[in-house]
Amino acid sequence: MKEFGRYMIFLGSLVVRRETFITYYRLVVDECMQIGVKSISLFVLVSTFMGAVTTVQTAFNLVTPLVPRYVISQVVREMTVLELAPTIMAIIFAGKIGSSMAGGLGTMRITEQIDALEVMGINSSSYLVLPKIVASMLMYPLLVIVAGVCSIIGGYLVGTLTGILTPTEYIMGIRSIFNDYTITFALIKSVVFAFLIASISCFKGYYTQGGALEVGIASTEAVTSSVIAVLLADYFLANLLL
Amino acid sequence: MIKIKNISKSFNDKSVLRNINGEFDKGKTNLIIGSSGTGKSVLLKCIVGLLHPDTGYAFYDLRNFTDADKDVKSEIRREIGMLFQGGALFDSKNVEENVMFPLDILTKMPYDEKLDRVNFCLKRVGLENVNKKMASEISGGMKKRVGIARAIVNNPNYLFCDEPNSGLDPQTSILIDELILEITHEFNITTIIVTHDMNSVLGIGEKIMFLHKGDKLWEGSNEDITHSGVKELDDFVFINKVMRSLKGTKLV
Repeated sequence: MKEFGRYMIFLGSLVVRRETFITYYRLVVDECMQIGVKSISLFVLVSTFMGAVTTVQTAFNLVTPLVPRYVISQVVREMTVLELAPTIMAIIFAGKIGSSMAGGLGTMRITEQIDALEVMGINSSSYLVLPKIVASMLMYPLLVIVAGVCSIIGGYLVGTLTGILTPTEYIMGIRSIFNDYTITFALIKSVVFAFLIASISCFKGYYTQGGALEVGIASTEAVTSSVIAVLLADYFLANLLL
Repeated sequence: MIKIKNISKSFNDKSVLRNINGEFDKGKTNLIIGSSGTGKSVLLKCIVGLLHPDTGYAFYDLRNFTDADKDVKSEIRREIGMLFQGGALFDSKNVEENVMFPLDILTKMPYDEKLDRVNFCLKRVGLENVNKKMASEISGGMKKRVGIARAIVNNPNYLFCDEPNSGLDPQTSILIDELILEITHEFNITTIIVTHDMNSVLGIGEKIMFLHKGDKLWEGSNEDITHSGVKELDDFVFINKVMRSLKGTKLV
């Protein structure tokens, strides 16, 4: 509870004594490059294979001839949109971006760079953390969309090239009984997950004390805590919004 | 001028500073000296506001900094330059961007004017043609110089240096000390330096405060440090054979 209280105070500190809009604008653009653009290749790779594997495994489990083949791609679509793209990618996001945020801020703390900002009269938490959270909330939903598309393409490529189902069957499954609310739900989840991962990781990094060993510990804690928070939020959001 | 009054600080149950009083003069290099773990850096952090003292206040030209509201604190902080032990340069920025950073944040100067000021400060600390080098590409001594350039770029009224020559060879240490001394006189600023380096104490200690186990035991200048009559200070000053052989002679 004490840690949760510190986290809430930390979140409160992000919105006081702010710098100018243009300062934040530049920082957010920089962070978007770091968080978004530099993560695309990893997201494309992971999500394409995820879609491919989901197709193969769904086909493996559909042993009865009574279920039409296009159901495979329908399952791939639902799994991708509802869970794989927003939630599993959030775990990848926490591992790549969350640990990097915690490590970067932790290093800045132990090398007195954060103290240097404070001495200059800058609210270091707002200056360093707020742009990371905003950029994460902007970029992660876009990465989820990219991941969703790549996952479905991955499923298509493997499904059709290995003869599991025909291109027509795959497209038919993708289009049948489609509820577009699932996309809205996935995007809401992605914004919440991005906020949790960025804020928790920054919180862990910002309050690092000690040396290189503690920076490593902070990075590990950032990933662990973010993933737990994402899974809890996933459950509550599913209960709340579905 | 900076004045401190009854500053005390504890961490958990451990008392680190007890009722420290003193004045740091404008246009002089004011040294806070003492062995490791005596609370020098804690005192400096209490003065610049990185730590809040349990009791006591720091006054910047009669303005109470410790109890000031956030706006006044921000205003005073914009008059402060600080050199950190490791330089504390921003890894993601090159030398020029590091020195320009306070101007970017605290002023609305046009870019050309900022660049002129940055080049002036870099030249003043003896660094030229290193503008585009990253912090990781320069030596420890150069980092300290860049740190000094960043500290003075905003024309501060107060300069704080936390162990400015730690980790440097004796020759570079003396150069850094002399640079701080020159800048202090040239810009007539109040400089406070935390150190335990005897070369610095004797070389640039225009006003010295000696701390021992959280208490202030002595105050004076480098001219009278060798005959203070304080046992703990004598132990600190005459720690090696060379210094002991010079005991009783005028060192400065």
